[in-house]
Amino acid sequence: MKYSYFPGCSLKATGRAYEESFLSLCKALDMEMEELENWNCCGATSFMSVEMGAAYALTIRNLAIAEKAGLDMVAPCGGCYGILLKADHYYKKYPTVHESAVKSLKTEGLEYKGTVRVRHPLDVLASDLPPRALRSKVKKPLKGLKVACYYGCRFVRPIAPFDDMHNPETMDLLLKTVGARIVDYTMKGKCCGGAMSGAMPNVAQEMTYLILRAAERAEADVVATACPLCQFNLEAYQDEIRAAHPDLKPIPVVYFTQLLGVALGLDATATALNRQIVPVEPILREKGILADEKKQPATAGV
Amino acid sequence: MSSIQRQIRFESDRDPGFADEIRAMPGCELIDRCIQCATCSGVCPVSTYMELTPRRIIELTRNGFKQDVLNANTIWICTSCYECQVECPKEIGITDVMYALKTKAIQAGVEPKHLGPPVLFKEFYNMVRKTGRMSETQLAVRSFIKSNPMQMWGMKWLGLRLLKTGRFSVKLEHMPKPSVLHTALDHADRIDGRRAK
Ligand code: SF4
Ligand code: SF4
Repeated sequence: MKYSYFPGCSLKATGRAYEESFLSLCKALDMEMEELENWNCCGATSFMSVEMGAAYALTIRNLAIAEKAGLDMVAPCGGCYGILLKADHYYKKYPTVHESAVKSLKTEGLEYKGTVRVRHPLDVLASDLPPRALRSKVKKPLKGLKVACYYGCRFVRPIAPFDDMHNPETMDLLLKTVGARIVDYTMKGKCCGGAMSGAMPNVAQEMTYLILRAAERAEADVVATACPLCQFNLEAYQDEIRAAHPDLKPIPVVYFTQLLGVALGLDATATALNRQIVPVEPILREKGILADEKKQPATAGV
Repeated sequence: MSSIQRQIRFESDRDPGFADEIRAMPGCELIDRCIQCATCSGVCPVSTYMELTPRRIIELTRNGFKQDVLNANTIWICTSCYECQVECPKEIGITDVMYALKTKAIQAGVEPKHLGPPVLFKEFYNMVRKTGRMSETQLAVRSFIKSNPMQMWGMKWLGLRLLKTGRFSVKLEHMPKPSVLHTALDHADRIDGRRAK
């Protein structure tokens, strides 16, 4: 199975654990990801807030390049995924968007016919693998690990091609397949704050606090995410949140691809667990999923 | 925004042409269907911080109260999470209306000059137009300098945590060939709802 791969900007920076774990997982499952040539930023929410015509043209340019490659286009970042999907939809629905993008693409000799299928790793892993392909490769089932799957917005809003808009569960099913126990909690589709974490930290941290607290109350050991911005907002500000809400205990927030990698027995570089700010290894060891750390050689005299 | 202002809206405050401009923008064509049920305000995770709730934004927009909606903090607090949009019983593109109003406010030059979100959006826009990619650290630093320089000091621990986990990068990323993008974007239309000449 071969796909066009659209990494987006975050997967090359703060979200690199997502890229590392996702690409290793693909390798282990014989899925080939070919990075799109000379791709550009999807525009996220910011570009669209400043200039709409150029914003759609910017996003659609990536679709046009993917169309030339002729493969499904996989975008792991929730933001990129949702924006690509919406741009494709609006390109077909609104003549203003269409005309503007056509003019823009022409300058590069590109055109977009509208045939690209934009996919998310959750979708691809849940739908494209032969039955039992994932289960049969499990070496270390995530037995006893209680996971709160966090979806946030973009996989199902405003367009939901592969999951239920109001109660998504693809991630639940994937992680159940590898042995995890999924906890039920009320905040799995609430917004993580998105770009507000940098622009209005007090507002965003209140939002993430409510999500983390709900996961904690559901007795989750770990929160699983499928978007670099969600992962960042939920994990990176826990110290700051605790200043206002001392009741919040540190809770590891990982990418679902890291957990799948652990279950498949992939090595530490492949699962990129060392990139966690709130370490996840201790709980994985406690549950017997990861082996205990090598015994430290005894040091003489101490 | 803290100055004393008239609290009653007059007919003469309306700009019906403005409502038409918004209706003509992608995703905003259905605002007249709104039944003022306030589902949008109810599900919005940040409506508690807004001067005008999403329901009021829709009502004021379709009636042409341009100044009210362009000057409300609402449009900058909206995180574009689409919850209002997918829950609206009349399937109104509320998030798209918020986007439309943001672009209008920036065009009119009335966006708050030191508020985090508009500063971030403009820095992001300039960076991506130039390099074709977004560089997180550079973007954060540039936005903080223009909005809230003191905040950078508070961010030092975050920087350290990212550094320790190998997730920090100060490099300015760019496409291998950004020039093709410059030309391409220069040829896109401004979709701002005004009829082309
Ligand atoms: S949910 Fe829709 S119909 Fe109800 S007030 Fe909001 S925009 Fe109007
Ligand atoms: S898209 Fe904006 S207005 Fe709508 S629910 Fe989300 S934050 Fe609120």
